[in-house]
Amino acid sequence: MTTTTTAAHPALPAARVGLRAVILGALLLLALLPILNRLPPDSALHVSDFAVSVTGKWICYAILALAIDLIWGYAGILSLGHGAFFALGGYAIGMHLMRLIGDRGVYGHPVLPDFMVFLGWRELPWYWWGFDHFAFAFAMALLVPGALAAVVGYLAFRSRITGVYFSIITQAMTYALMLAFFRNDMGFGGNNGFTDFKELLGLPLHTPEARAALFYASLAGLAGALWLCRRVAGSKLGRVLVAIRDAESRVRFLGYDVTAHKLFVFVLSAMLAGLAGALYVPQVGIINPGEFSPGNSIEAVIWVAVGGRGTLVGAALGAFSVNALKTWLTSVAPDLWLFVLGGLFIAVTLFLPRGLAGLFRRREP
Amino acid sequence: MPRAIAMRRLLVALLILVAAALPAAAQDAFLAALPGLAGGFAAQATAVERLGATGDPRALPVLRALAEGRLLKRPDGALLVRGEGDAVSDAATGAPAEATGAEPVRINNRVRAALRGALGRLQLVSPDPGERLAAAEAVFRSRSAENIALLEAALAREDQPQVRARMELALAASRLAAPDPATRRAGVEALAATGSDDARAMLLEARAADPALAPEVDAAVAAIDRRLALRRAAETLFQGLSLGSVLLLAALGLAVTFGVMGVINMAHGEMVMLGAYTAWAVQEVCRTHAPWLLPAYLPLSIPAAFLVAAAVGAVLERGLIRHLYGRPLETLLMTFGVGMILQQAVRLLFGAQNREVSSPGWMQGTLTLPGGVMVTQNRLWIILFGLAVLGLTVAAIRFTRFGLEMRAVTQNRRIASTMGIRSGRVDALTFAFGSGIAGVAGVALSQIDNVSPNLGTGYIVDSFMVVVFGGVGSLAGTLVGAMTLGVVNKVLEPYAGAVLAKIAVLVAIMLFIQRRPRGLYALKGRAAEA
Repeated sequence: MTTTTTAAHPALPAARVGLRAVILGALLLLALLPILNRLPPDSALHVSDFAVSVTGKWICYAILALAIDLIWGYAGILSLGHGAFFALGGYAIGMHLMRLIGDRGVYGHPVLPDFMVFLGWRELPWYWWGFDHFAFAFAMALLVPGALAAVVGYLAFRSRITGVYFSIITQAMTYALMLAFFRNDMGFGGNNGFTDFKELLGLPLHTPEARAALFYASLAGLAGALWLCRRVAGSKLGRVLVAIRDAESRVRFLGYDVTAHKLFVFVLSAMLAGLAGALYVPQVGIINPGEFSPGNSIEAVIWVAVGGRGTLVGAALGAFSVNALKTWLTSVAPDLWLFVLGGLFIAVTLFLPRGLAGLFRRREP
Repeated sequence: MPRAIAMRRLLVALLILVAAALPAAAQDAFLAALPGLAGGFAAQATAVERLGATGDPRALPVLRALAEGRLLKRPDGALLVRGEGDAVSDAATGAPAEATGAEPVRINNRVRAALRGALGRLQLVSPDPGERLAAAEAVFRSRSAENIALLEAALAREDQPQVRARMELALAASRLAAPDPATRRAGVEALAATGSDDARAMLLEARAADPALAPEVDAAVAAIDRRLALRRAAETLFQGLSLGSVLLLAALGLAVTFGVMGVINMAHGEMVMLGAYTAWAVQEVCRTHAPWLLPAYLPLSIPAAFLVAAAVGAVLERGLIRHLYGRPLETLLMTFGVGMILQQAVRLLFGAQNREVSSPGWMQGTLTLPGGVMVTQNRLWIILFGLAVLGLTVAAIRFTRFGLEMRAVTQNRRIASTMGIRSGRVDALTFAFGSGIAGVAGVALSQIDNVSPNLGTGYIVDSFMVVVFGGVGSLAGTLVGAMTLGVVNKVLEPYAGAVLAKIAVLVAIMLFIQRRPRGLYALKGRAAEA
């Protein structure tokens, strides 16, 4: 795939100052939410617990959307398997949370999580070693998705698998992982995954303090991811990526190492997705193999498409708006949601190729 | 019958005269043993055993009556059998009899045990083949050398091949239990010839019991193992081809839309699903409006499913997809959305639960091929059906006007247009054709899978894998790809389990694409550059 018609160029320097102010404003506004949550419930500005936790989730989705936009919008790589990286990050932190339960589980085993006791395991498998340390688990949440992306990306990019072929390969990847994680003898809780977490870094997870702390951690993650992605996109590397997106063969003939460029950005993106998953799981309190389902990955792609690919901010915006719509619609008219989501896929690709961000921006020549 | 009775009466008379000297001693033995049933428990048990040893068909109803408490004793000592509707007949002659003052004959556990053995042996000569088969099974399990003569006698008059096979196995098993080594050796040989799992287990048992037999048994077990391995390989191959033909059916439509047109249709699985629902709908319409058509609903639903899916495909292509030609990633996303909408629409219209699609009788059951290979009929039909659909697809592309135009447009759209081919119409028809094939696949899948709104989701990844593996744009590649993936999957399954086998296949495809990025049957020349 050498042509992509919906090219969105990196913002001009003049526009960027204004955009930066908007981003900062939006982040600050989000940062207010946990504080407003502390106001007395009868206050006009009070924000409910539900609103805080659901916004915390959306922030994680926004990080995932950024990760997808970085490779799709800039390098033209459409991954339909980013949900797998997200879920792997979540599983890594979930393993830590499971270890922290300790003997408070149903079976009261000091070391083994409940599901292992239930399945008659004698001792912790080797790949669970080290997950009792937060730093190790957190590092794994980034490194495991990164390593998987490195292997898959290397194999795919080296043999110049591009376009829809790459999309299908990544979809098969997440599908295979889903099947694998559904197995009980994998040692990841099988069908039920991990849940019933107690605490993280000494904070009991069900308290408002923990909720606020996780919220701010996610917000910091989003701000950091946004900063990093904008730095990458604005650098020379970013321009080479756009060039690869628009004319891969030409870039290759000009002497650039296309494989290395694509591999770098794909691994980075996978690690960001892992970060998003790691922030997400403590907030929702559960991770199971359903997170690997191909539908999740493709839904995340549509957030980016709705927001506007190749704009980064638009991707985050898309994650927020589509999920806000989903949360509202699934409570009002659950049967309609899939029609609306399907309609979004159609409408965005047919009528709004530049996404929501395209509405706000002058059409560039 | 009257002749038989007359003969029996004659025999009774002869018995009185020269009992032991006559060749018809077995029949006399029945009458001789019968009165014992009226005696004490010990006499009863002996009589039961003797009756069982006669192999006389008349003994069976009497012993059964005794076991079920329907054997009566008249004060004058005559034994009577109470049959259906309380009709009472004489146990010795079978003639209707008077039951005044008759009491049921009581038995104890010892007699019951004797009865079980005797009934099993007598059933071997029962007129009902099902009963004979069950009896052979029982004798096989009891493994006693006493049954050898009985089994030989029964085998001599047996004409049902299935029952014969079972009896031969039972005979071999009984021989293994014989005290005489030559007989045991004969048993080993007979067992080796049957080549079944049961025989193998029995041989190993015999080897443990009698070390002298070890060399023969080892040779026999090795022979059986070879045959079993061969049979297992054949069955795995069949299962692999069966899975492969399912994949072929699911991927064939995709090979047309994706392979030939280059349109990536993520709603392909939903076309399959629509086909399956059409089969269900045709079945329901037949059931309510024309019950006489019900046996033929499945052949009827094939064209119906083709038309339904093709119509949806044509609308999809004209309404949406044609606006996105040349933008494959957008097409992918858009068609995914279409798939979602179709799924949800079907879910709301027909409910989320599985729909019952019945299999016609000619598709049920299993066939045993020579060598004991078992194949299920519906799988066999699906293999044939998959090949037939492939053949028709190839024929349509190669020999029809539409196929010619389709190939022309694929090769060079603009020149085809200048030659007067309406390329837009050809696009719509091609897409409708591919979708229709998916619908037909849905009819086949409705026979082996649950008909539910997400029927298609399970096949979409596999179908794409088949098309990519086989080589985009090549129907031969699709066939070889589907069959290879099916067989490899089934070969791996016993070692790795179904899920790991699937994962291994996915990984293997990714590695394979490293070597052959364009699949098994890569297009050569200009078409490959597109």
